[in-house]
Amino acid sequence: MFPTPIQKRSRNWQFTYQAFLPLALIMWLLPLIAVGVFSVKPEGDFAAGEYWSLPSTFGGFENYGKVFFESDMPRYLLNSLLITVPTAIGAVALACMAGFALGIYKFKLNLWIFFLFVAGNFVPFQILMVPVRDLTVDMGLYNTKTGLVLFHIAFQTGFCTLFMRNFIKGLPFALIEAARVEGIAEWRIFVYIVLPLMKPAIAALSVLIFTFIWNDYFWAIVLTQGAESQPVTAGITSFNAQFRAAYHLMSAGAIVAALPPVAMFFLMQKHFIAGLTLGAVK
Amino acid sequence: MSTASLARSEYAPENRSWYKRNEIRVTPWLFLAPAILFFLVYVIIPIFQSFEISLFSWDGLGPREYIGTENYVELWDDPAFYTSLKNNLIWLILYLLAIPAGLFIALFLNQTVFGIRLYKSLFFFPFVISQVVVGLVFTWFYDPTFGLFNTIIGWVGLGPINVLGDPTYVTYGIIAAGLWPQTAYCMILYLTGLNAVDPEQIEAARLDGAKGWKMLWYVVVPQLKPATFIAFVVTIIGALRSFDLISVMTNGGPFGESRVLSFYMFEVALSEYGFRMGYGAAIAVVLFIIMLFFIAYFLYSMYRDERGR
Repeated sequence: MFPTPIQKRSRNWQFTYQAFLPLALIMWLLPLIAVGVFSVKPEGDFAAGEYWSLPSTFGGFENYGKVFFESDMPRYLLNSLLITVPTAIGAVALACMAGFALGIYKFKLNLWIFFLFVAGNFVPFQILMVPVRDLTVDMGLYNTKTGLVLFHIAFQTGFCTLFMRNFIKGLPFALIEAARVEGIAEWRIFVYIVLPLMKPAIAALSVLIFTFIWNDYFWAIVLTQGAESQPVTAGITSFNAQFRAAYHLMSAGAIVAALPPVAMFFLMQKHFIAGLTLGAVK
Repeated sequence: MSTASLARSEYAPENRSWYKRNEIRVTPWLFLAPAILFFLVYVIIPIFQSFEISLFSWDGLGPREYIGTENYVELWDDPAFYTSLKNNLIWLILYLLAIPAGLFIALFLNQTVFGIRLYKSLFFFPFVISQVVVGLVFTWFYDPTFGLFNTIIGWVGLGPINVLGDPTYVTYGIIAAGLWPQTAYCMILYLTGLNAVDPEQIEAARLDGAKGWKMLWYVVVPQLKPATFIAFVVTIIGALRSFDLISVMTNGGPFGESRVLSFYMFEVALSEYGFRMGYGAAIAVVLFIIMLFFIAYFLYSMYRDERGR
């Protein structure tokens, strides 16, 4: 193991390390902790210029209550959910199929198509912006959640296919050959043999896509406007315009907007990290 | 069921349908069709359309007017374009700091003490938060009147510095904000990589007297190569995609000094400054060509790996 396990060092070292850990963490998360403290400070503290003192009273309920009941925030959160979940389902479904095709079958264009998906995944958004916006307007889907979902599905399919194909490549091919010898139809091999084995990959991808799409900002402002279809990342700017200079409310709003992917991460940590670090070891 | 289909495929070849006879050849295309369709319509074709649009003068609604390379000629003399290009370069170089920074945090956390798993998760935390929120958090962090940053440098007698309002500091300030989640991502890649480092090699190197920096550079880092490659890919892509932070923190200002190509393109094509789709597309094409060098390199590396399998 590298570096040397701390247990093999002197007691002084161990003590220093244990003490330094929480300190380093606080320094690392300092900007975030500040926002957390802001969000539970009552309004009076800011009026008095007491930015960095501890909250004089606990204003959390009032601040978060205002976010939930006196702003469009619940609306934006719902929009985000209605954009994120269908995208995750759609992209993962398409990628399962494409990954199966690219991972199992040998045909001439296989590697070319695979690299097409990989390359598309790295493309800068701006090169797609004008035509995609135009297409969405033409289909009558501008400023709708559907328009956003369709694009997200298409774009995320690139990354998801890369992921799925590599995962399926790692499955024992003998299993598929055995099924073919049995004369099982190809689509049944997919449904009954490959799909059940893909569960961990599906879980990992779903969490990742959920987080990526929830945090998307660029496409949200390109393809939507206004509270009826904008997700929370775009909505928070108008939220902040509504509460300009009310730092306690803006902080509470920012925390609410950030929370769902954070919750997702802590609940599904194993899958999340497995997904992100795919390929980091060989 | 399996016996029935076995019977059919083995003993009655003439009666098999066209699909049955070509099943192995046709199935992958059926499975690929939806993904390819979506990807063509929303990703591949738009790339070519952008190239085409860059040759037109177009406000997005009215008729297009073909103007040849005029957009590119205008770009050649546009000081804002060069500012963006210069900032893109600064982003690219400084963003790479996330890789060594991530490695060192990973080394720091690669211990087995009580609660270390929670520490690792909390260090990773910034990556999960949306860039919009990171941008807001850092805007307040840098605030000249009450921000934590100025409070801290005030203790050592410096400042106050209005980081986001000062043309010399603004880009560095935003990059620092971007490095925060990016370092977290590189850290998690290296933590996973360190897990897989071969302990026998480490022990052998130790017996040979290797330690500290030498051990790290000659024994550990080479074994982390796959993690480094991915860290490199995601960091380069992240640097060239920087948009959210700039949009949220400064909106390109002050005086357009924090623009990068991705932001400038959006500003030209879709913001209140006007709807110049053609000019925007031309900027996007330049950005795409820069990215293409990296994409070609990534694909080449992956291709070599595929051949090696």
